[in-house]
Amino acid sequence: MSESTNTIETFANREYKWGFVTDIESDAIPRGLNEGVIGLISAKKREPEWMLEWRLKAYRHWLTMTEPTWANIHYPPIDYQDIIYYAAPKSKKDGPKSLDEVDPELLRTYEKLGIPLQERAILAGVAVDAVFDSVSVATTFKAKLMDMGVIFGSFSEAVREHPDLVKQYLGSVVPSSDNFFAALNSAVFSDGSFCYVPKGVRCPMELSTYFRINAKDTGQFERTLIVADEGAFVSYLEGCTAPMRDTNQLHAAVVELVALDNAQIKYSTVQNWYPGDKDGKGGIYNFVTKRGACRGVNSKISWTQVETGSSITWKYPSCLLMGDNSVGEFYSVALANNYQQADTGTKMIHIGKNTTSTIVSKGISAGHGQNTYRGGVKILKSATGARNYSQCDSLLLGDKCGAHTFPYLEVRNTSSQVEHEASTSKIGEDQIFYCRQRGISTEDAVSMIVHGFCKEVFRELPMEFAVEAQKLLGVSLEGSVG
Amino acid sequence: MTAVAEQTGAWLESFTKQPPAPECLRPLREAAFARFAELGFPTTHDEDWRFTNVAPIARATFQVAAADRFLRVPGGVEDLSPQEAQFDLASLAAGRNAFVALNTAFLDKVTVLRIPRGAVIAQPIEISYEVPDQADAVAVHPRTLILVGANAQCAIVETYKGQGQYLTNAVTEIVIGEGAVVDHYKVQQESRSAFHVATLAVTLGRSANLTTTSISLGGALVRNDVSAVLSEGAEATLNGLYLVNGSQHVDNHTVIDHAKPHGTSHELYKGILDGKASAVFNGRILVRKDAQKTDSKQTNKNLVLSDDAVIDTKPELQIFADDVRCTHGATIGQLDAESIFYLQSRGIGLSDARSLLTYAFAQDIVDRIEVQSLRDSLERSLFEKFHERTR
Repeated sequence: MSESTNTIETFANREYKWGFVTDIESDAIPRGLNEGVIGLISAKKREPEWMLEWRLKAYRHWLTMTEPTWANIHYPPIDYQDIIYYAAPKSKKDGPKSLDEVDPELLRTYEKLGIPLQERAILAGVAVDAVFDSVSVATTFKAKLMDMGVIFGSFSEAVREHPDLVKQYLGSVVPSSDNFFAALNSAVFSDGSFCYVPKGVRCPMELSTYFRINAKDTGQFERTLIVADEGAFVSYLEGCTAPMRDTNQLHAAVVELVALDNAQIKYSTVQNWYPGDKDGKGGIYNFVTKRGACRGVNSKISWTQVETGSSITWKYPSCLLMGDNSVGEFYSVALANNYQQADTGTKMIHIGKNTTSTIVSKGISAGHGQNTYRGGVKILKSATGARNYSQCDSLLLGDKCGAHTFPYLEVRNTSSQVEHEASTSKIGEDQIFYCRQRGISTEDAVSMIVHGFCKEVFRELPMEFAVEAQKLLGVSLEGSVG
Repeated sequence: MTAVAEQTGAWLESFTKQPPAPECLRPLREAAFARFAELGFPTTHDEDWRFTNVAPIARATFQVAAADRFLRVPGGVEDLSPQEAQFDLASLAAGRNAFVALNTAFLDKVTVLRIPRGAVIAQPIEISYEVPDQADAVAVHPRTLILVGANAQCAIVETYKGQGQYLTNAVTEIVIGEGAVVDHYKVQQESRSAFHVATLAVTLGRSANLTTTSISLGGALVRNDVSAVLSEGAEATLNGLYLVNGSQHVDNHTVIDHAKPHGTSHELYKGILDGKASAVFNGRILVRKDAQKTDSKQTNKNLVLSDDAVIDTKPELQIFADDVRCTHGATIGQLDAESIFYLQSRGIGLSDARSLLTYAFAQDIVDRIEVQSLRDSLERSLFEKFHERTR
C-alpha cells in the first residue's frame, strides 16, 4: 500500500503542465461593473442597440439577485467590482479574417497546448473557433460550413450578421433572469460561439472551440448558442485549458442549445482549467449554466463532459424535454483532486410524451477533493410514458476526500419509469494486487481501473476528445490510489 | 412573518396555560419553547421541508392535550420517571427542528423505560398512544425514551392512532448500549384527518444492532424523521412501508450517521401510492471521516397506482471516508404489465391480479417483521385494504 500511496503523491504533486502566460498586450477595460462598463463592452463589440438593452435589463435584474449558497462548495466571497469584465488581445487589424492574420504569439500558445490549429483543422477535419480570452481569433472551415448553410462563428459576429436568429433564440432557454451567474453573464458576456444548422443538414464536421482565459484577473463570460433546425445534426466540442494564476478567476458561462423537430445536438466538453496548486491556492471558479431545449418531436440533446480542472465547478447541464419522444442524455466524469470542489450534475425535465433520459455520472475524488453529484429528474404530468435511468458512481482515492450524491426525483406521472442507482467505493487492494501479480505497476493498475471506471462516459466522446480526455485524466490523477 | 408571530402567540398561550411541570423538566421546557419561537414552523424554503408544506399545521389552532397511553411492559423492563432516568432529554433530539422543540416545550408525562444490562426480554414492549374523538382539534406531544443496557435484547412496538382532527407530534429516543439488540416498530394508524409528525432518534453503542420498521397507513399529513448514529461495528436496519391514497401526504426523512468505523446499515423503504396521494422520501447516509470500512445500502421503491399520485424521492450519500462501500437506489414505477399478463393468462382477473401484485410488493416489508402478532394484524389490514381498493 505504501508504494501506491507514493505513486499517488507523485501524481498529486505534479504541477499543472499548461500553466503559462502568453505575453500579448490586452485591450482591457477598468475593473468593476456598472452600466457604463456594460455600455463600453457593447460599444467595443459594435453591438446594435437591442443587444445593449438586453444586457442592461439583465444587469438590472442581477442587481436584485443574491449569490446562491445551496451548492456543496466553499469559497471566499467574490468581489464583483474587482473583476475586469472585458479583455481582448490587441491586434493590428480590427479582427483577423483567416488563419494567416492571427497573431503568431497566439498560435504558438495553442501549439504549446498541443492544438496545432492548421494541422488539426486539416487532419482531424475539425473547424476550430478558438476563443482566446474574449475575442474569437480564428474561424476555420467557415466557408465550407457556409456552403452547407451552417452558420458557425463568434457570437459578436452573429449579433451583427444574423441579428434575427440571435434575437429569436438568445435567452429563450436560459433567460437572463434564470440565476445569479446567468444574469451576470447576460449583462457582461464578452464573446462565445454561435452555431445554426439549417433544416435537414447534417453538419459535416465536429465543431470545436477552445476557450482560454489568458489576461490576468479577467473573468471570462462566454455565451454559446447552438440551434439545430428540423432534422439537423451537429456535434460540438468544447475544450478548455487555462494558464496558471494565483488569484482566483471567475468564469461564468452560459450555453444554450435548441433542438427542433428530429434534430440532434451532441455537446462535448473537456474542461481542464487551472485547478489551483496542491494547497488549494488559486484556480478557476467555474460557474456555468448549460441548458438545452428539445423543442421538437424526436429531438435529442446529449451532453458529455469531462471535468478535470477548475478549483470550483458549479455546473448542471440540463435538458428540457418538451417535444414528444425527445431524448436527453448526460454523461459526465468529474475529478476533484487536491482542494478542488466539484458540485455538478444535471437536470432532466420531462414535459413531452414518451421522453427518455439517461444520466451516467462518474465522480472521482482524490487528495482533499470534494465531489458532489446533484441531479434532478422531474417528470411532469404531461410526460406520459417517460423513462429515466440514472447511475452515479463515485470512486474515492485517499482518505481525506469526499463524495456526495444528491439526486432529486420528482414524479408527477404514473406511466413513467424512473430509476436511480448510485455507488461509492474505492479501488480495492485486491484489484491492485491482482494487477501487481501480473507484473503491472501500481500506477498503471490504478490508471487502468480508473479508465475502466470512466469508460462508459469516454465512449460517448468524439474520437479526438476521447484520447485527450484519457490523457488528461491520467495527468490529473497520476498515482492517486488508496 | 406576522403569520409566524401569530402562530407562536397561540402556542405561547397554551404554553403558559399548561399545568406546571415537575421541577426537573421546567428549564428544559422553557429552553425548548424559546427554541421553537426562534425557529418557527419550517417552510418549503427549508431544504428538509421542500416537499412537505406544514402550513395546514401552522395555520390551525390546537388545544394542547395528552394522548391516552397504553403501555404493556413485560417483566424485566423498568418503567421509570424522568427524574429517575437521570438522562438529559434534551441531548438527543432537542433543537433539531421546530417540532422537536415544540414537543419538548410541552413535556409532561414522559414514557421512560429501561432494559437492564444483559436482560433478554422475550415479549415485545408495547406502547400505544391514542387520541380519542374530541370536539376541538387537539395537539398531543407524546414523548418516549427507551434506554437499552449493554447486551440486552428487546422488541418495541409503538402504535399511534386516533379519531377526528388532531396533531400528534411525537418524539422517541432510543439509546442502545454496547452489543444490545433492539427490534423497533412504529405503526402509524392515525385518523385520515390527523396530522402526524414524529421524530425517532437512535444512538447505537459499540456493536449494537438496531432494526426499525416504520409502517405508515393513516394520517392526512405525515412526517417521519428517523435518525440513527452508529458507533464502531454497529449495525442498523431501517425498513419502511407507506401506503397512501386519497389526498394523503407522507414524508419519510431518514439520516444514518456512520460516525465510527466498521458500521453496517441497510435501508429499504417501499411506498404504494394511489389517488391524489403524495409521498416524499429523503434518505441520507453520512459517512464521517473516520468511519472506514462502512458498508451501507439504501433503497427506496415506489409503486404508483394512479395518475394523480406524486412522488419525490431524494436518496443522498455524503461520504468523507475512502474505504467504504455505499450504494443507494430509487425506483418509481407501476405494476409490471408482464406480471399482470402472466396472472391473467392463468385465469386471474385484472383487479385480482393487480391487488395480488400490490400486496406482494408490500409483503416484502411485512415479511421482515419479527413480532408475530403485529405481522398477522398488518397482513390482515393490508389484505383488506387492497381487496377493498380493487372493488
